[in-house]
Formats: sequence, structure tokens, C-alpha cells
Amino acid sequence: MRPFADIDHTIHPIPSGTRDVLPDEMRELRDITEAVRGVFELDGYGEVWTPTLEYEAVLGRGGGAPPAYRVFDDHGEVLALRTDMTIPIARLVATRFHSSEPPLRFCYFAHAYRGVRPHRGQMREFLQAGIELVGSPAPEGTAEALSVMCHALTATGLRGYSIGLGDASLYRTLLRSFHVSEAVGDQLVAALVQRDFVLLESELAQLGLDDADKQLLLRVPQIRGGPEVLDAAAGPVAEAVAGLRRVYELLAPEVAERVIFDLGLARDLGYYTGAVFEVYDPALGAPLGGGGRYDDLIGRFGRPLPAVGFALGIDRLHIALTGEERAVQL
Amino acid sequence: MSLGLTIAVPRGALMNDTLDRLDAIGLDTSEVRSNDRKLLFGDIGVVTMRPSDVPTYVEAGAADVGITGKDVLTEQPERDVYELLDLGYGRCVMVLATIDGPDPSVEALRRLGVMRVATKYYKTAIAYFEQTGRQAEIVEVKGSVELAPLTGLVEAIVDLTATGTTLRENNLVIREELFVSTARLIANPVSHKLKAAAIDTMLEKLRAA
Repeated sequence: MRPFADIDHTIHPIPSGTRDVLPDEMRELRDITEAVRGVFELDGYGEVWTPTLEYEAVLGRGGGAPPAYRVFDDHGEVLALRTDMTIPIARLVATRFHSSEPPLRFCYFAHAYRGVRPHRGQMREFLQAGIELVGSPAPEGTAEALSVMCHALTATGLRGYSIGLGDASLYRTLLRSFHVSEAVGDQLVAALVQRDFVLLESELAQLGLDDADKQLLLRVPQIRGGPEVLDAAAGPVAEAVAGLRRVYELLAPEVAERVIFDLGLARDLGYYTGAVFEVYDPALGAPLGGGGRYDDLIGRFGRPLPAVGFALGIDRLHIALTGEERAVQL
Repeated sequence: MSLGLTIAVPRGALMNDTLDRLDAIGLDTSEVRSNDRKLLFGDIGVVTMRPSDVPTYVEAGAADVGITGKDVLTEQPERDVYELLDLGYGRCVMVLATIDGPDPSVEALRRLGVMRVATKYYKTAIAYFEQTGRQAEIVEVKGSVELAPLTGLVEAIVDLTATGTTLRENNLVIREELFVSTARLIANPVSHKLKAAAIDTMLEKLRAA
């Protein structure tokens, strides 16, 4: 075998967390994006492009993930590489569609950039396919977004996936019904976002609540399962899950059968206000994508409209499809 | 019997207590105990590894759940895993220690502005000194940390101690306690949803055991 050190050509490095895509892989990625694009187009979502670079101050209005890459332009303005497409489209809606009759439907296939620890399925530059449905409130808008997402995933040939469905406001609503202060609530929600139930339990233990109430506040965010978990909910929990129930009732059977309710689902982006969801496939240890409602995001850019959207990670989808293929062959 | 889950079990100090707990919830771990070289026990869904590798396997979904120390989780804060249960055993304390007598790290901070600290827990130490607002140069070592202050490499160490015996034998005293570490049950975020029933059953049994 030839020693690796015998390389006789020059190696030019590329930045950490980026990669080249060569024709064999590119053909497979195109198959995925074309299948998804077909569904988005059919469902009335018009494709948009926005600049990869935006003013940092404009992105900052949205409250998404902090940008990882910043540059100065020739006027000394700070530009940043977008961390998702939701905030650029919120800007676009407020600026370019300020008087259009809602609902508005957009889709995109675009790279975004985050300062993550690069590993399989999570690079610093990553391709997302997604939609934004603007001006369609819950529950109808949420149900439409979930349906489009399911149809797109099915169109790629993915079979084993499930959708975790939760509500970003659920735990806060519950805490308020127990008269927990906002400051303490922030800490408890932070523990939930960190997925740390040990921390949540120790912080709940310090609250001046009955043991039964503490148990409830610890147990509820760990509830996952089919629609029976909504039926089992009683008292303040039943009120908190009412929104999820209304969404579920609108779903077609082929979408509803994919849904796993997850009363503790907390996505780490600050702009979610209502329903949130993630896609899981047994072939990959991380979600393939996700989304949710952000009913006050576009208002921050000057046009108050309720909105919902999702993004699928094309690399992750590709890995999951390859994994499912391998599982069939075994 | 298997729980229908792949369980990452830590080798080393946490292993016996972990296997006792798994026995108590109905797994037969006798083969794991009797076979020191084998790493994968498919019948009961157990894989064994270094404690610091457990979050790696669980995050990637190569194991559905795992057991490891809070010290390991604190050192790998970027791992995307659920922390489900404090198992209580494997109790250790993360400490800041120096040579006995006048505290050389205080002297270093006062006169040189920076204290040098040796540790195997690089991120933990960085975060601790940032939180407490002190300037420290963290020296990462792989072997016996106790040697570093004795040879003048550093003024202090951040290390995990169970009984304090090794510290005492090397004339070191505990100056500050960072946190108490115990064994934790962690889970992969996707398994936590797709294998919810199996994970909840395991969790309830472990709480009761």
C-alpha cells in the first residue's frame, strides 16, 4: 500500500465545517431537492432567493441563532452570514410584500451558516429546504405546514419518519397557572431547552409548591406518545394542550399517523411562539429538521402577521435515506 | 432479557454500581462481569466503553441511552443528549486544590495577575475561572495531575476526588469545591421520542431500584 505521505500534489485547505460536493453525491442531493421542490410548487409555495450576507443589525431584530461569520463591507457596515432563512424571509415579507393580501407562501433551497462543532449531518455551512406560510394563523396554518412537510418527506422516498409535535408556550402556560414567577420560569424553561431533567427536578424542588404539583411540573414535559396523551391530560394541562388538539383534528390520516406528541419539546431558537415540531427517523440520531409558529417575528420587522414554517436539513435527509436503504438490504 | 434499547455502560469506577443497577431492573449482566475483553453484549443490549466516550455514542444514536458521570457531561457541554436521572452513585467532588500552607495561587494572582492551573477537565476549568472572574492559565495534562503543582509547573489543580486520599498523600489541600458529580442516565434525543415507552420503563425501574 502506498504511504499517505507520498502525496505529490498540493493540498489547499477549506474552512472547518465546509465541504466539497462531487458529482455522485450531487446527483443524489438533486434527486432529494427536486422531489421536495415538486411538492412545494404543487402546494403553491413560490421559491425565493435572498442574499447570503445581510446586515447584522437587521438579522439581530429576529432573535434567531447568533451569526458565526461576520465581515465589514467597504462602508464599515457589519455584515453577517445568515443562520437560517426564516429571518431573511420575515424581512422580505415586511419590505417587499408590505401591502400584499395574506396568506403568502414562500419556499427556499438555501445554505445557512452556524458556528457549530462540525460532525456528520451538522456542518457549519448547510443546505436547508423549507417553507414559510405567512398570514395563516393556528390551527389551520400549522396543519397546512405539517401536511406540506409530510408530503415533501414522503416524496423523497423516506419511509420510517415520525413528527414530534409540541408547543413552545405550553410549559410557560402551565407554570403561570401555578403562579410561578417569570424569572423562575425562565430558569425552568432553560433547563428544558438544555434537555436536562435532573436540573429541572432540582430547581422544581426549591419552589414552594405541593409535592403533587412539583411532580406534575416534572412529569408533563416528559410526556410523549400518541393522541391518548392529550386525552389523559386534565386540569391546567388540558388547557395547555388545547392548541395541539385543534391542530391534530385538522390533520389528514396520513399525516396524523406520523405524529408523536411531545409535551416537553422546546426548540432552542427564541422566536417560536406556539406549535413546534421536529422530524425523527430511526436511521439518524439527530432530527432531520423542524419548525414551528412564530406569530410575532414578522411584526418585529414591521408587518404583524402570524406565521409558521419549517426547514429540512438536506444532508441529514440524505443520510437518513441512505440508512433506510441499508436497513432494507440487511 | 433485553429492554429493547442499546445501553452504553461505562468501564472503570462506575462499572460495578452500574451493572448492579441493571441487574436490579431485570437485566442479567453476569456475562459482562465475567468477560473483561468483550465490548458488545447483544443479548442484553449492552455496550461497554470509557465513561468519556458514552456521550459520543449516545449523541450519535449508536447507543439509545447511556450512563456516565456528571464530570464527563460538564466537560462536554456541547453534546446534544437528554439528562434523565441522577443515579446517585459514583459520588465525587470537582475541586480546586493547591499545596498545603499559604495558598500559592492567591500569591500568583496577586503578584503575577494569572494563576496557572493543571487539569484533565479543560473546559470545566475554563468555565469555572470565567464565572468566578479570575485570570487563569489552564494547562491540560493527560496523566497524574497531582504531579504538576509538586514540580512547580502550576500553582493549583482542578480535579475530581472521591475520598481525598491521593490529594493528601501528595501534600495537597482542597481550597474550593466546584460541584458534586454522580452517575447520570442520558438518552439520545431521537431515541427519546421513537423509543419513548422503553426509555420511560427503564427510567421508572431505575427510580424504584
